Amino acid sequence: MTESKPKPKIQKEVTPMPKQKPEIRRRNFNEVALGYTKKKAIAEATRCLQCPKPQCVQGCPVEIDIPAFIKLIREGRFDEAAKKIKEKNSLPAICGRVCPQEEQCQKFCVLGKVGDPVSVGRLERFAADLEREKGVKIPEKSPLTGKKVAVIGAGPSGLTVAADLARLGHEIVIFEALHLPGGVLVYGIPEFRLPKSIVEAEVDYIRKLGVEIRAGYLVGRVYTIPELLKKGFDAVFIGTGAGPPKFMGLPGENLGGIYSANEFLIRVNLMKAYAFPEYDTPIRIGKKVTVIGGGNAAMDSARSALRLGAEQVCIIYRRTRKEMPARLEEIENVEEEGIICRFLANPTRFIGDENGWVKAMECICMELGLPDESGRRRPVRIKGSEFIVETDTVIIAIGRRSNPIIQRTTEGLEETKWGSIVTDDNGKTSIEGVYAGGDIVTGEATVISAMGAGKKAAKAIHEYLMKHKPATNR
Amino acid sequence: MYKIITKRELAPKIQLFDVYAREIAEKARPGQFIILIIDEKGERIPLTIAGYDTKKGTITFVFNEVGKTTKQLGLLKEGDFLKNITGPLGNPSQIENFGKVLCVAGGVMIAPMLLQVKALREAGNIITAVIGARRKDLLYFEEEMNVSCRKLHVVTDDGSRGYKGLSFLEEILEKERFDRCINMGPVVMMKNVCEITKPFGIPTIVTLTPIMVDGMGMCGVCRVTVGGETKFACIDGPEFDGHAVDFEELIKRQRTFLPEERLSSLLWERLGGRGFDRK
Repeated sequence: MTESKPKPKIQKEVTPMPKQKPEIRRRNFNEVALGYTKKKAIAEATRCLQCPKPQCVQGCPVEIDIPAFIKLIREGRFDEAAKKIKEKNSLPAICGRVCPQEEQCQKFCVLGKVGDPVSVGRLERFAADLEREKGVKIPEKSPLTGKKVAVIGAGPSGLTVAADLARLGHEIVIFEALHLPGGVLVYGIPEFRLPKSIVEAEVDYIRKLGVEIRAGYLVGRVYTIPELLKKGFDAVFIGTGAGPPKFMGLPGENLGGIYSANEFLIRVNLMKAYAFPEYDTPIRIGKKVTVIGGGNAAMDSARSALRLGAEQVCIIYRRTRKEMPARLEEIENVEEEGIICRFLANPTRFIGDENGWVKAMECICMELGLPDESGRRRPVRIKGSEFIVETDTVIIAIGRRSNPIIQRTTEGLEETKWGSIVTDDNGKTSIEGVYAGGDIVTGEATVISAMGAGKKAAKAIHEYLMKHKPATNR
Repeated sequence: MYKIITKRELAPKIQLFDVYAREIAEKARPGQFIILIIDEKGERIPLTIAGYDTKKGTITFVFNEVGKTTKQLGLLKEGDFLKNITGPLGNPSQIENFGKVLCVAGGVMIAPMLLQVKALREAGNIITAVIGARRKDLLYFEEEMNVSCRKLHVVTDDGSRGYKGLSFLEEILEKERFDRCINMGPVVMMKNVCEITKPFGIPTIVTLTPIMVDGMGMCGVCRVTVGGETKFACIDGPEFDGHAVDFEELIKRQRTFLPEERLSSLLWERLGGRGFDRK
């Protein structure tokens, strides 16, 4: 194959993003990744090939026009780039930080075949951050329709549904059970990965679209869904997310010093226990912390424990690094910060001291057997390979079950045997006018997949409201 | 924001609040609780609902000024606001005609017990009530309880009023057969009552108040072992079969943050009722 003229050389490596140095960041809660400068953003945007048939978009659950916004950044038209993203995504500063891009848009990037894919996530974050610093403009809204929608849960799916429907002219009330909106973005993901001021700003944007947020309101215990429908809401969206933490049912699991990742992260993130006693909620961290699990909650817990002053933090995971469900960037951060990962091991019991506090745990070595239903190779115990790990704090991050309160208080709402809500592809549940999306439907997944579900549901709810339901006389 | 409508000191450091929370008042039932947060830096604390008035739109709760948060709460006045109240949480008590019911309550839990006693009486039960405190000056609602039950016994730890200690219960149980015992109060008291009722085979219900954070099933800190199984007091309870509860474990778990709670409380007092600020 010959070429008529030499093509400009493509930069194969991704433009690096400045980060706090590991030895410094491992003891503070400030954000680790510092974001691109304008110059760096333009350099990275210039790497994009602007494919005539872009592959990246198919990897995006909310279908952002990725080449278009990258082109705008390359041309220095940053405001327009942010506007382009927000046509599809109401929470870009968050997604740029927490999406597993290597599994989504960047996985399909053509450049990835010859070098690093274009860092779509970092560019998204850059455009959103710049827009926020300048002051966010509120887009034009459609005229009011007179339809009213209740959204249950102010997490990623609920906020997305609310934003999309508000822009279409519907009146939206979000009912959030916790005292602050944001869901997993405020109680789960730590400050050093996603600063809470950014969540506040993005929630504020949604409020400015006219959405009312009622915090500390547990639907099911106060009004139920049937009652909301009777009280003038034309449709309901359920985005209650994942609920109770799973435990392993091992001896000694209720000893002092053993937290679920959820408890640990709620204390540290939502309640700001890292600032105790200025904030009232305490957390106790020992010298040797052990985290059990391989997902993002495990990485977040381990890194938070380190920042709270633990001398040694060790992650125990029953498979290998390759099978870890956590975002790649977080696994790398964990390793850079000096957290030890012990693969192919699983706890079998916890051992307490005379005060009922954990002092050690017994683990067993594992090996990988045949693939299970998730497609990953199933870990199998190696007989007689038990060993003891000294530890005074254990964080169990092995996943969560479905939140049961809505299902228990909504007659006729179909659920699976695992307690998640059954919907069609557009989020429609077994009850007319009631939709659901996010972790309460799929089980634990990502922020962006919940937002993708929210987008689909919003579209379906809009169609339902406009076609089937006469405007309520109010 | 939730407005404090009335504040009443029932006994030294035991305060009663009526707070305006119309939707919670409409839905609350005996046995349920709320989670309260005073201000932006505050912790979330669970308190058992001691009353609700659907006409006035208020809920009632009682607390003892023991830690930083409850001391701070005690300084608030009528007309002041609380940042957030979430509720009603937990499963309501089973209210039906059981027959003869023995209701034993201690400390701050006397107030929610009164609510429950009234509901049980309305359902046709014949109630013998026991209220207890450490000393006689810490007793309250004696009159209210007396008019709501068939017989009232009073007990103090030091014997300054009524019976001294709970052992008198055995004599009562030997004389009279009860169909159910309901039990609300400090964990050690509930443990003792359960030990007394067990040989008599009386179904005994306890209201557990372990440490909680969210109070709606998210964190699992309130886990208790009941009949060998792990349960979450917030969504599976707060009421459980007292004869199946592992009280030893519960007592240890309640003490998890004792050093931090003491530090927080001490700082609060040293700073003269102001929050600690790093700046």
